[in-house]
Amino acid sequence: MLEIKDLHARIGDREILKGFSLTINPGEVHAIMGPNGAGKSTLSSVLAGKEDYEVTGGSVTFLGKDLLAMDAAERACSGIFLAFQYPVEIPGVSNMTFLRTALNSVRKYRGLEELSTPDFLRLMKEKAAKLGMSQDMLRRGVNVGFSGGEKKRNDILQMSVLEPSFCILDETDSGLDIDALRIVSEGVNSLRSPERSMLVITHYQRLLDYIVPDVIHVMHQGKIVRTGGKELALELESTGYAAYGQDAA
Amino acid sequence: MSADLHPIRTAAEQALSSAIDATLAAAPASGPIADLRRAAAKTFTENGLPTRRVEEWHYTDLRALMREALPIAGAPDAAAVAEAGKGVVAFPEAVRIVFVNGTLVESLSDLASLPAGLTVTSLEAALASGDPLLERIGSLSPKSYDGALALNTAFLRAGLLIKVAAGATVEKPLHVAHVFTGAAAATYARNVIVVEDGAKATLIESFAGVEGVAYQANDAMEMVVGAGATLEHVRLQEEGAKALHLGTLMLDLGKEATFNSFTLTAGAATSRVSLYGKLTGEGAHLGIRGANLLKARQHGDMTLVIEHIEPGCDSRELIKSVLADEARGVFQGKIVVRPEAQKTDGRMMSQALLLGDNAEMDNKPELEIFADDVQCGHGATAGAMDENLMFYMMARGIAKAEAEALLIQAFVGEAVEFVTNEAVRETLIARMEAWLKARAA
Repeated sequence: MLEIKDLHARIGDREILKGFSLTINPGEVHAIMGPNGAGKSTLSSVLAGKEDYEVTGGSVTFLGKDLLAMDAAERACSGIFLAFQYPVEIPGVSNMTFLRTALNSVRKYRGLEELSTPDFLRLMKEKAAKLGMSQDMLRRGVNVGFSGGEKKRNDILQMSVLEPSFCILDETDSGLDIDALRIVSEGVNSLRSPERSMLVITHYQRLLDYIVPDVIHVMHQGKIVRTGGKELALELESTGYAAYGQDAA
Repeated sequence: MSADLHPIRTAAEQALSSAIDATLAAAPASGPIADLRRAAAKTFTENGLPTRRVEEWHYTDLRALMREALPIAGAPDAAAVAEAGKGVVAFPEAVRIVFVNGTLVESLSDLASLPAGLTVTSLEAALASGDPLLERIGSLSPKSYDGALALNTAFLRAGLLIKVAAGATVEKPLHVAHVFTGAAAATYARNVIVVEDGAKATLIESFAGVEGVAYQANDAMEMVVGAGATLEHVRLQEEGAKALHLGTLMLDLGKEATFNSFTLTAGAATSRVSLYGKLTGEGAHLGIRGANLLKARQHGDMTLVIEHIEPGCDSRELIKSVLADEARGVFQGKIVVRPEAQKTDGRMMSQALLLGDNAEMDNKPELEIFADDVQCGHGATAGAMDENLMFYMMARGIAKAEAEALLIQAFVGEAVEFVTNEAVRETLIARMEAWLKARAA
């Protein structure tokens, strides 16, 4: 589904990804762990198409297409979804308007008709209820006045409405208490399917108790330095990232 | 004695003075308007067009911008009327009065079917009958010289006297539309609206005109809002892209009265609106909001002078400017709090979104406070489109142009939401969407 080959990227003069390679097959959930500064968030931004980063080498193929040739919107339309570490607030654009515009953009790209208003409202009601989000929250500006947990839930709601084929969860656990973590993880787990792959980026092992990955990679200094099964997370939890030049935080 | 000073006048100023003399010579020599016109002509001849050295016009040098004195537009023919009629924005439910090239066109107007409580008299009819509202013309002029207003008064020839009877609530908005068509010319319109005690009304002014013709439109209006009365005011300025648009609004707000105004500025090469507002009754509420949507090399200036004269009044100003390409926005807001105006609550804010690398916003807020128990504040911001918000929206599949349009709508939406009449608000939002579409195309 996703094939990253020898990816190099930098911001300004600083090279952050230094030959990153990774292949993810349909239905697989991969986790990337690593110390602060390893380049984890840069990887998610580069995959989602943030323009601050300059790709200086390597390739990314997504469903047979050159991902790096597309802008962020095209990537999202073709099935990439980034759940943000810190979702932004957009005052004046309601969740409803935002999601409807996004969904219709994605549907149009996929050659589907736009959803009618009643169909859209029905869909939203159903999806929001599953995540315990009220209709009032949907009418408010995107993430405006939302708690950290509510913002993350809103991202997962967007994910469930847009039905991407590849989800990147960037430090989804940051800023979440244990209850919020559980709700968000349940939302993510309900979206696991043989056709959908995920890349879970996290500093801590904790999240992986809830979203259990098939493969774990350790990232350090811009590339993968170790790959293993889910037991690798437990090992890192006890030894920390000391072996990679940093204490466990 | 030193020699007489004869300031050098531009060709345009000399031509304007001659044109004023000619129209004055052709007008009645006496009557309520004649003296006013002569006085305005005299001040114009003495002072000329304002330049950047006049503080209030620092950012809009009218003498440099108004190179040509255009002939006054004649009455439109049938073809011009038919053409102009198509250019009037439809506001649902509104009763409409249409001026084409500065002339009231009854065939396009609903003068015969006005709602109860609303009286609209043409200036011509008012002069013939000696309407008492004529006395309002010139009654609220600022003390300092205003060149645009002086021209408007000196050329005074057409307009409306509008009255909303005491206690009446007029639900249907009154829409006064100004349309320009044909070859370059100058138009002058002068209106008066008096909302008597306890009455409520909505007044919409719209301005539109032919593209590609450098016409000049100059309008002025006296607005008197009586005790406990409410005037909702909307100004939709969509003049042709080469036009010069000059507007002067003068307001007297009585005890516990409310004036709630929204201006959308999207047209004209150069536009300047001056608003002189006086809060002359205790506990009055003033709200002035505006949005500038400007592109190419458009220049839009909004200048406010708000005087709190009586205690316990509040005033709110919020101007949102979206400036693309090399467009330039100007906001000057002066709040004066007189010694008696204790417990004044004034807030002024100007925010600009600069879409073009060469776009510019000039803000000049001023507070002059002579009372000691007041709350007054002002602020100004200017910045580019937030890249993080753009990325968030694009990361959900929304194309760049659409994401930008949504963010612009949200930005100006914070000012438009103060338009209380829903149908009017929706119409304004639709005009903004049309602007965004035209820009994206």
